[in-house]
Amino acid sequence: MILRISAALSLALLATPAMAQTSSPQASPEQSVAQAPITPDTTEPAQSNEGGLSIVVSDDNDWQDLGVAIPAFATDRNVPTPANSDGTAALGLELARVITADLKNNGLFRPVGPDVLPRPEYGQITSPAWSVWTGRSVDMLVHGYVRAAADDELTVGCYLYDVALEDQLAKGGWVVKPSDWRRAAHKCADMVYSRLSGEDPFFDSKIAYIAETGPKGKRVKRLAIMDSDGANHRFITNGQSTALTPRYSPDYQKIVYLSYMNGNPRIYIYDVGTGKQHLVTESKNATFAPRWSPDGKYILYSMASGGNTDIYRVSVSGGPSVRLTDNPAIDVGGSYSPDGSKIVFESDRSGKQQIYVMNADGTNQRRISFFGGASATPEWSPRGDLIAFTHIAGNLRIAVMNPSGGGMRYLTNSWQDEAPTWSPNGRIIQFFRTQPNSGETSLWQVDLTGRNERRLPTPVGASDPAWGPVLP
Amino acid sequence: MKYVVTCMTVASAIALAGCSKKAPESLPPAPTETTPAPAPTPTPTGPVPGSQQHFHQAMMGQDVIYFDTDKYDIDGEDMAALRKQAQYLMQYPNISATVEGHCDERGTRDYNLALGERRANAAKNYLVSLGVPASRLSTISYGKERPVAMGSNPEAWAKNRRAVTIVVN
Repeated sequence: MILRISAALSLALLATPAMAQTSSPQASPEQSVAQAPITPDTTEPAQSNEGGLSIVVSDDNDWQDLGVAIPAFATDRNVPTPANSDGTAALGLELARVITADLKNNGLFRPVGPDVLPRPEYGQITSPAWSVWTGRSVDMLVHGYVRAAADDELTVGCYLYDVALEDQLAKGGWVVKPSDWRRAAHKCADMVYSRLSGEDPFFDSKIAYIAETGPKGKRVKRLAIMDSDGANHRFITNGQSTALTPRYSPDYQKIVYLSYMNGNPRIYIYDVGTGKQHLVTESKNATFAPRWSPDGKYILYSMASGGNTDIYRVSVSGGPSVRLTDNPAIDVGGSYSPDGSKIVFESDRSGKQQIYVMNADGTNQRRISFFGGASATPEWSPRGDLIAFTHIAGNLRIAVMNPSGGGMRYLTNSWQDEAPTWSPNGRIIQFFRTQPNSGETSLWQVDLTGRNERRLPTPVGASDPAWGPVLP
Repeated sequence: MKYVVTCMTVASAIALAGCSKKAPESLPPAPTETTPAPAPTPTPTGPVPGSQQHFHQAMMGQDVIYFDTDKYDIDGEDMAALRKQAQYLMQYPNISATVEGHCDERGTRDYNLALGERRANAAKNYLVSLGVPASRLSTISYGKERPVAMGSNPEAWAKNRRAVTIVVN
């Protein structure tokens, strides 16, 4: 691992000596305070496994009233850093901006960013000037610092305080290369989000997707990647051959996707480090709809032979494929349950696209979707509690149901929304939206209430998003 | 009808030949344009018989067959078109063809790739049943990736649900 990001652990090690001049309240680094803060525990069970129906996360409006102040991060010495041409002081401002944007974009909090807040001194990071913040009608306060070492490595500390209680709720520290400074901000935002929501983190993650340019009849489709907030965007293929349906490997080292390179649709594994790629199977048949197993050891794919499509599994290192479905209907797609024991997939064996579950070895195939219209592109939540899918009844809409097919509800309502992909913590879904006539596509995300929907910034048109796990 | 088509193609072939002669000498010779050398035969050269261009013109629209939503069955109209395609392919036994399967935009991507495979294979299988050797026919699905009608309405979708036969040499 190149990154030396290591949460919590490193802070006790690093922060204490450097902050010796301030009387830092660091008696027990992990659990700072005894009294339970205002963690709204009520949000979690709203998404219980069965009977989700329409009860859902009803308190997120209250959340939006939770003011979180995120002033600029302080620095011990303003020194040059490759991460910011204006030095570590300017970088401290940028860190706070990234955190503010992360927290704002989920509709859960009311973050107030560094551009409208006073800037704390370095010594105040572990000892806030409470009077400054109590008068600002904020409930939570995020403080942080950034320090540059001689070898340019950055140390970023992050503290979450309850303003009313004048107490520290959480803290974390990370050592990053200058080029990874945004990751430290995402880690801090993740810490704040997790501590306040009780949910798992998800900001420090990446997205693979297909960048689209050109008119509808001559669309150019390129494989592209970016951070979860759209930063560090990079095109991977040049668009000479159509690229579709990418998926990041669980360790982010590889991307499996479909390419029409050499004329025919085939799935390839692209190595992010080396930039090389290779075919997943030697078959001359069309192969498509690739997915990783949760352990990253297998690839699930669909193959058409003589016009009939079935689902297969192959080891990432090659070798023979194992056929998992054998049906004259179209069996396509597929998504593993988080423990790898089951696969949810799509089949039209009943006459229309519907969603089925089978054991990972292909046994015990059974239909779970019994709604009007058709149901497609199932994706199992990383939490295991829900399956997201595309419901087709005239329009295409994103919906969720539980793994036994109950509790179906829509999350979006537009002309054409398809291809859901889960945030690493299973609380947010990304998908792509197509406009009628122009066929323009864009990436969107929505939370499980269906209320907080927003478009993701991409440099050009965008489809087929695939969200990867939280970075280690 | 057939006569008209030939005349048009002759005209375009002449135009093409004229162009290539005027090309600047610095350009490398186009690798494929080797035929227009001074032929002693007075017969004018249209598209080469057995070429995709020739096939496309000869089919007069019947190189494409159309499908209902989510369907891939071959109806009477499709059979007539495929018979015409098969006659051509049997007339030129040295050529091969690819059948492209396409779908309209109102479906999910992966499923449409599979549906396009079904459509292409349905057309291919019918051609084989008429005597075209399967070894000369291949299929490819483009799913919803290559529409020919750009609108988002039933008429456009009907035009996009298709299987197109392309001659490849």
